[in-house]
Amino acid sequence: MGSGRLPKTIVCEHRTSLHPQMHVKTIPCKEKNIYEQDPDILPPSGAHLRWTEGGQVVSEAASVVVSSRSYADFTPEATFDIKKVDLHRLEEGPPLTSTLTREDGLKYYRTMQTIRRMELKADQLYKQKIIRGFCHLYDGQEACAVGIEGGITLSDHLITAYRAHGYTLTRGGTVREIMAELTGRREGIAKGKGGSMHMYTKNFYGGNGIVGAQVPLGAGVALACKYLGTDQLCVSLYGDGAANQGQIFETYNMASLWKLPIIFICENNQYGMGTSVERASASTEYYKRGDFIPGLRVDGMDVLCVREATKFAADHCRSGKGPILMELQTYRYHGHSMSDPGVSYRTREEIQEVRSKSDPISMLKDRMLSNNMASVEELKEIDIEVRKEIEDAAQFATTDPEPPLDDLCSHIYANEKSFEVRGATPWTKLTSHS
Amino acid sequence: MASLRSFLRSGKTFVILFVVTSCASVFQVNVRDALNQAMDEELERDERVFLLGEEVAQYDGAYKVSRGLWKKYGDKRIIDTPITEMGFAGIAVGAAFAGLRPICEFMTWNFSMQAIDQVINSAAKTYYMSAGFQTVPIVFRGPNGSSAGVAAQHSQCFAAWYGHCPGLKVVSPWNSEDARGLLKAAIRDDNPVVFLENEMMYGVPFELSEEMMHKDFVIPIGKAKVERQGTHITLVSHSRCVGFCLDAAAVLAKEGVECEVVNLRTIRPLDVDTIEASVMKTGNLVTVEGGWPQYGVGAEICARIMEGPAFNYLDAPAVRVTGVDIPMPYAKILEDHSVPQIKDIIFSVKKVLNM
Repeated sequence: MGSGRLPKTIVCEHRTSLHPQMHVKTIPCKEKNIYEQDPDILPPSGAHLRWTEGGQVVSEAASVVVSSRSYADFTPEATFDIKKVDLHRLEEGPPLTSTLTREDGLKYYRTMQTIRRMELKADQLYKQKIIRGFCHLYDGQEACAVGIEGGITLSDHLITAYRAHGYTLTRGGTVREIMAELTGRREGIAKGKGGSMHMYTKNFYGGNGIVGAQVPLGAGVALACKYLGTDQLCVSLYGDGAANQGQIFETYNMASLWKLPIIFICENNQYGMGTSVERASASTEYYKRGDFIPGLRVDGMDVLCVREATKFAADHCRSGKGPILMELQTYRYHGHSMSDPGVSYRTREEIQEVRSKSDPISMLKDRMLSNNMASVEELKEIDIEVRKEIEDAAQFATTDPEPPLDDLCSHIYANEKSFEVRGATPWTKLTSHS
Repeated sequence: MASLRSFLRSGKTFVILFVVTSCASVFQVNVRDALNQAMDEELERDERVFLLGEEVAQYDGAYKVSRGLWKKYGDKRIIDTPITEMGFAGIAVGAAFAGLRPICEFMTWNFSMQAIDQVINSAAKTYYMSAGFQTVPIVFRGPNGSSAGVAAQHSQCFAAWYGHCPGLKVVSPWNSEDARGLLKAAIRDDNPVVFLENEMMYGVPFELSEEMMHKDFVIPIGKAKVERQGTHITLVSHSRCVGFCLDAAAVLAKEGVECEVVNLRTIRPLDVDTIEASVMKTGNLVTVEGGWPQYGVGAEICARIMEGPAFNYLDAPAVRVTGVDIPMPYAKILEDHSVPQIKDIIFSVKKVLNM
C-alpha cells in the first residue's frame, strides 16, 4: 500500500473469465474503509485499483454496485485437502492439498456454472428442434474442462472429441458464438458450417467426430510444439469408450519414442455411449493403459484435484520427460447425446446419487462458502449474471440468420482463387471462395 | 570395344551423372531423383517442411525416393515411424494443424487404407468444417497403382477413391517434369494434397530443361497438359498410362491417325476445360487408366463430357480403357492381362473411329 492516506472506497474488479477476450464484470467488494480495520488485508491478485490524489481508490469499471458484506470478511485464499491420486510408474504425484484464491474460486465457479447453464439451454433448444443433429452435453463434467485450463495456459494446445462445448468455452469461445453454431447460424463460431462437433478456436483443434482420431492429431500438435522449440504442450482428450482404439496405442508408442510434450487425458465418465466400462474394457484402469507411460487417476469431479494433477502433468511434459496420462473419473448427467435418455443402461438412482454427492459446482460452492471465501448473495449474483448471459446468447442464436447460400461452397481450399463447384445438377454452377 | 568390355567385366563401377548437350542444358533425370531433388529443395527452402514415414530416414526410403535426405537434414526433419499408419498419419495432420508442413509418406497407397480416416475426415474436411479457420498444409505421397508381381493387396489404384473427396487435391504425375513441378507445388500448397506416384516410373529417365531444374519450378495443380497434338481423337490419361498412350499414338500415326494425348497431371480438381477443348477439336474420346473401371476416373471424365458442351462434338460415344475388373493376380501372364496394354489402346481407338 505504501504511505499516504488510507482509501475511503474500494471497488474490486475481477477478471471473471478465463480468456482475456471475454467480457469483464465488476464485482463489488465493499464501500467501506477496510484498511482502517485491517491493514494486512491485500486486494485480491489481479484487481485493478487506481489511487487518486485524495487517497481515494476507484476502479476502472463503469458501474458500481454496493455489496452489503464487508470485504474484510472474505478469506482471500484457503488451502484444501484433495483426494490422493493413484499413480502408475510415478514415484510421487501431485500435492495432497490445493490452495485456492478467492479470485480463482469465483472464476471457476462462474465458468462451471456457465458451462452447466449453456448445456441445459442446449438441451432445451434441442427439444424445441432449434438445434438438430448431434448434441453431446457436458453437464456433470465441468470440473474437468475448468480444472485442466487452470493447470495450463492459453498458449498451450488442446484437442478433444465430440463432447466439446465446455472446452470451446474454456479455450476462448463465447457462449454466443457456441450457441449460434449449435443453431447453425452465420455468427456461429464456425459460421454454421461445423455444428456441435466441429468448433475451433486458437490453439483448440476441436471438436472431432471420429472416436479416437483426435488423439494422434494431438500428438502431432505436440510434435509441432517440440519441433518449433516452444515450451508449449498439447492436451489430448478421449473418453473411456475411445480408450480401446488402436490408434491411441499407436500414439502412446510414438509419443513415448519421440518424447512428445503431450498430456493424454481419459475422461472416464463410466459409459461409452450405452456400454459401461466393465462391458467394454478388459482393463478399466485407464491410467495404466499407457503401459510405459506414467499415469495418474484423478477425481474428475473436484476442480482442484484436476487442476493440481494438470499442473503436475504439465511440469512433467515441460521438463522434457515426454508424455504422461491422466484418467479423470467423472460423470455425465445427460445421456450420450440428445437422442439418448440415458437410463436404459444405468439407473436414475445412480445419476441422482452423483448429483447429490459429487456435483462439481456444489463442491466448489460449499468449499467457498464454508471457508468464507464468498457470500451466498455473491454466488447468486453470479448465477443471475450467467443465466442472463445464456438467455441473451440463446436469444441471439435463435434470431441470427442462417448462413447465406453463397457460403455453401466456400472454404474448400485455403488461399486459392475462386473456382466453380458442381451443384446438384450439371446446370447448377456454384462458386467456392477461400 | 574389347577393352571397354573387359573393363566393365572387371567389376569396377563408374557413374555417369548426366549428359550435357552442346546447345541448351538438358538434364537426364529419372522420376525418383526428380522427387528426391524436389523434396530436398523444399526442405531447404522452408524449415517447417519435414518428412515422416516408414523407412524414409535410415533406409533411405523403401524405394529410395528419400535417399540422402536423412544424412543431410537429420532426425528432426526426416522421421522414421513405426508401422502404424493410422497413428502417424494422424500425427502428421496434427502437425499441419499446428503450423508445420509435413510430407507424410505411405510406403504404398495400399497402406493408406489403414489411415484413410485421417486423410479424409481429419485432413480433407477440416478447412470447410472450421469455415476457413484451420488450414491443413500437408502432402501425403507414395507409390500408387500396379507394380510388377506384387499381387492383389499391393496393386490397387486409389485415384478414384481420393479423387472423390472435396477438400483434397489429388495429383498423379507421369514423368520427371511432372514429378518435380507437382511435388514442389504440393508442398507449397496450403491444402491437403494426395500425391500418387508410380513405382514402375521411378527408374525411368526423362529430359529436364534448365528452366525445369530451377528451384522455384512449379507446375500448377489443376492444369492438364497436352503432351501430343492431334486431330482425330483425344486420349486422356494419367500417370504411367500417359506413356502407353504416346506409344499407341506413335503406332497409330503410321496408319494416318493423329491422336491428341492429354496428360491429366491432376485428378482433383479435374481440368475439364482442357479435355473439352481437345474433344471439341477431335470429336472422339478414349480415356486410359490403370485403375478399375467401375466408378473410376474415366467414368467421371465421360460423365462430364456428356454434361458439357463437348458432347455435341462427339462423333462416337466416349470409351474407357481401364484395368481389368479383378483383384490383381500374381502370375506374369495373368498380370500382363490385368492392366491396359498399348494394343488395347490402339484397338479402342480403331473401334471408336470405326476403322
